[in-house]
Amino acid sequence: MRLGRLRGLIIPVLLVALWEIGSRVGTLPEDTMSQPSTIAVAGWDALLDGSLLIATVQTFQTALLGLAIASIIGIALGILIGLSPVLEGIIGPTLDTIRPIPAVALIPLALLIYGFGVRMEVLVIVFACVWPVLIVTVSAVRGIEPRLLEIARTLEMPALSRMRLIVLPAALARIAVGIRVSAGVALVVAVTVEIVLNPQGLGYGMIIAAQSLRPELMWAELLWVGFAGWAFNTLLTTIDRRWLRRYQTGGAR
Amino acid sequence: MKPRGLLLKLGAVIFGAAVVYLWQIAADARLISPVFFPSPTRTFAAFMAMEERGDLWLPMAATALRMFYGWVLASLAGVVLGGAIARSGPVRAYLEPTLEFLRPLPASAIIPPAILFLGLTSKMAVTVIAFGALWPVLLGAYHGFRSVEPQLVEMAAAIRMRSTAFLWKVALPSALPDIFAGVRVSLAIALILAVVTEMQAAQTGLGFNILMAQRSFRSPELYAGIIVLALLGFLTNQALVMAERYLLRWRTLTR
Repeated sequence: MRLGRLRGLIIPVLLVALWEIGSRVGTLPEDTMSQPSTIAVAGWDALLDGSLLIATVQTFQTALLGLAIASIIGIALGILIGLSPVLEGIIGPTLDTIRPIPAVALIPLALLIYGFGVRMEVLVIVFACVWPVLIVTVSAVRGIEPRLLEIARTLEMPALSRMRLIVLPAALARIAVGIRVSAGVALVVAVTVEIVLNPQGLGYGMIIAAQSLRPELMWAELLWVGFAGWAFNTLLTTIDRRWLRRYQTGGAR
Repeated sequence: MKPRGLLLKLGAVIFGAAVVYLWQIAADARLISPVFFPSPTRTFAAFMAMEERGDLWLPMAATALRMFYGWVLASLAGVVLGGAIARSGPVRAYLEPTLEFLRPLPASAIIPPAILFLGLTSKMAVTVIAFGALWPVLLGAYHGFRSVEPQLVEMAAAIRMRSTAFLWKVALPSALPDIFAGVRVSLAIALILAVVTEMQAAQTGLGFNILMAQRSFRSPELYAGIIVLALLGFLTNQALVMAERYLLRWRTLTR
């Protein structure tokens, strides 16, 4: 087991070593492949002067805001559609027509509506993130034990408490899965919008570093984006495992 | 049941038409800004004008071609890598941690280094697309090749099947459904990245066109471009679904 883990390190370590040696000897072009040691220094500096952290906060803030809005829309719409097959028959095809639009195609439109800034980025993220939540919510609501809904009807429960007491608790665990998928999407879309044109956050930092011919900073930021993505993903998995797993079996109780 | 289904279909059509119609009315009455929300008729007129100028199918073909190249590269590499990692312990031990680090990297994040290396070229676009589209196929192939039915594996061992024959005749067919699931996700990603790289690198294509339409505030053209992109996404996905049904027809036969 220990050896197995070490073997996994061989390739990355070898690559980094070759990279360092190659650029010191001069076989690798200095203007694109800066040395790993220079990259480390650039990354450390960016971390210390706070620019990297500010960019990270900007990106995550926007991604989470978009995710929150998308979740609210997706859950509300999903519950409505899930509870009423008639409604699904009527608005479902229209939604299916909109869905294949690649979210990034909305970047120019969002820019036209809001100009640069947080709002245009949030708009694109919301469009991308709404679908996983919506689809999962619909199927979660469909999966609710029909007897529970019948009981609610017999008890003449008002619609609001029926939502609060029966639909939401039964569907919540599966909805969380959809939100988790959307969370990953949100981060990717945020970075993408920033790389394409929105002047804020991690993506913008990378593209500016590349354009101002500071490849070492660009590589450092790329590594940081990778790390942030990994950390975010791990956090979500942990939340999923710690708090949500136990609801996942026998959700409708 | 039957008449009800028909009624629902009718309702769906009416709803879709009503949305478009309301949009038209709201746009004509200037309730919504014509700068952001051009009326459907203006969008359609822009669509026809673009078609006449040859501004529609050519960029669409350019986008589709780049997307296709990247996607094919990613699919081939993904199946080979995924299969190798799944069926060989040493390969897994050496490669998995590196891949685990690369996987959560947002695909668009490699655009800046790709531009540094390859410039604002088609090659850069295809590389980025291939990188981003690789992961779903790789994961799909990995799961597919891992979950080959043990009985089949034993059977193959019992008749001393060669490992290449085993891969080709047993492992690959049984991994195919999972591979297809991955390949379909990859296709959507490939389209997204094709659009992104066009916007970033000023390559001819639909993505670049809609960005230009935005810069000159020609919103009807922007909408027409978005609609064509959606169409491209829908049609390619549909084609793949059909290919899947054809290639996996043995599955429904044996079950």
